[in-house]
Amino acid sequence: MSKYLVFITVIGKDRKGIIARISNEVYNHNINIEDLNQKVMEGYFVMTMLVDMSDSRMTIPELKKELSEIEKEMGLSIQVQHEDIFKAMHRV
Amino acid sequence: MEYSIEEVMETVKMTLYHNFDIRTVTLGINLKDCIHSDIKVFKSNVYDRVAGYGKKLVSEAEKLEEKYGIPITNKRISVTPVSLIVEACAEEDAPLQIAKTLDRAAKDAGIDFIGGYGALVQKGMTRADAKLIDSLPEVLANTERVCAFLNVASTVSGMNMDAVIRLGNTIKDIANRTKNGIGCTKFAVFANAPEDNPFMAGAFHGVGEPDFSLNIGISGPGVVRSVVEKNRECDLTALSEVIKRTTFKITRAGELIGRELASNMNVPFGIVDISLASTTKVGDSVAGIVELMGVEKMGAPGSTAALALLIDAVKKGGAMASGNVGGLSGTFIPVSEDSGMNSAVKAGALSIEKLEALTAVCSVGLDMIAIPGDTPAETISAIIADELSIGVVNSKTTGVRLIPVPGKYAGDYVNFGGLLGETYVMNVSTFSSRDFILRGGRMPSPITSMRN
Repeated sequence: MSKYLVFITVIGKDRKGIIARISNEVYNHNINIEDLNQKVMEGYFVMTMLVDMSDSRMTIPELKKELSEIEKEMGLSIQVQHEDIFKAMHRV
Repeated sequence: MEYSIEEVMETVKMTLYHNFDIRTVTLGINLKDCIHSDIKVFKSNVYDRVAGYGKKLVSEAEKLEEKYGIPITNKRISVTPVSLIVEACAEEDAPLQIAKTLDRAAKDAGIDFIGGYGALVQKGMTRADAKLIDSLPEVLANTERVCAFLNVASTVSGMNMDAVIRLGNTIKDIANRTKNGIGCTKFAVFANAPEDNPFMAGAFHGVGEPDFSLNIGISGPGVVRSVVEKNRECDLTALSEVIKRTTFKITRAGELIGRELASNMNVPFGIVDISLASTTKVGDSVAGIVELMGVEKMGAPGSTAALALLIDAVKKGGAMASGNVGGLSGTFIPVSEDSGMNSAVKAGALSIEKLEALTAVCSVGLDMIAIPGDTPAETISAIIADELSIGVVNSKTTGVRLIPVPGKYAGDYVNFGGLLGETYVMNVSTFSSRDFILRGGRMPSPITSMRN
């Protein structure tokens, strides 16, 4: 089965447990983490997580909804976007 | 495939902080096969076609917004020029009846604007064309979502000055029948109107188009502004390069979403219109980009050169990103809809004459300009003739969207509301053009049009 790759991008103030909470959420929905990067950029904690949703029953809007609770609770900004948009914009 | 965190963040930041959006997805719909001699059947055919596809457009576009996290601001429809499809109707009010049907279908489908209520009369008018032009004031006063256009000139045919004379009065009538003349914001007059333009008010589904065509308008003044802001010191050659690269990226995003939407709706993909389209948001202004390039206020000397460089870079980036660039693909400089343009008018930096010069190098016309309500009809016709001459002679599209605001004079403030913005009434020359305009006839096509 082909992969359904999606980027989860997190921006906010660095604090304990961000990656743990998000990893746990995706694990609970049978979503596999393919790649993970984090960095402090322009004073903000930034994390990009590439996940494969092909084994999950969840859709992107559903995942976004689930993550929005962590977003509110931890004061973060979380985006969920299909990988194709990054391929289109950054690869010729 | 691996992406750096910087690449991912560049895309995310465009939508989060720089107002990047897909400005419009516009479905062009052929209505020629809806024509019927019984106007009731005809209207029912039109309604079913427009409402059915309109609903599908809205729901499929919303799915893609979720998938890619990029807002699709407007979902719109353009149809076959209405004057063509009412040719066979005996009823005098057939154009009005079709306009009301289109308005209702758009409303029921959740479509905010539907374009195509218009005619192509660059060389002459049919009886149906004349009926449609006569109906414009009533249609624009009695419909909410219908947008109208007229193509009155082309490089190949020249300019139909008899139509231009008529339009001076028509535009004043439209203004007088709507609050603050707002009906005029839904009416564009063109030279060389493209058949696949996704932007309102001038969108229509041309006769050379297939049954359906999904056209997309991207928008990134905010994104371009942010790269210009980051590159304050570089020379203009280098600045052109960074604008080009950014436009490449946003055009690719537009093409991806347009193609996928077309495929999900099972209709052919048409074009990507790469025009920079401002909104009333402060960071989303074309004038703001020109000012960041180093011109103190839009309209000051240097503005025309800056705008020429800007749109050239946008075109080069866009053309590399998509093999389907089309529509208008210029730069919009709508006065009321662009906060920077508006502020330049207020400061006295920008005149109609300078706006006309700006449209010679890149942009698509004198757009969303409020003028005094007592401007003579012949002067309005003359402004149209001047602007469209630029299009005719330079083989490009130019358009005019003027609003003679009833009871207002130069310098007065007027608010059209929402995305249509707010503005100050611009000064118009009081010297007369009457004798020239009233000669009528057809301005011959320029010698450069004879290329065969």
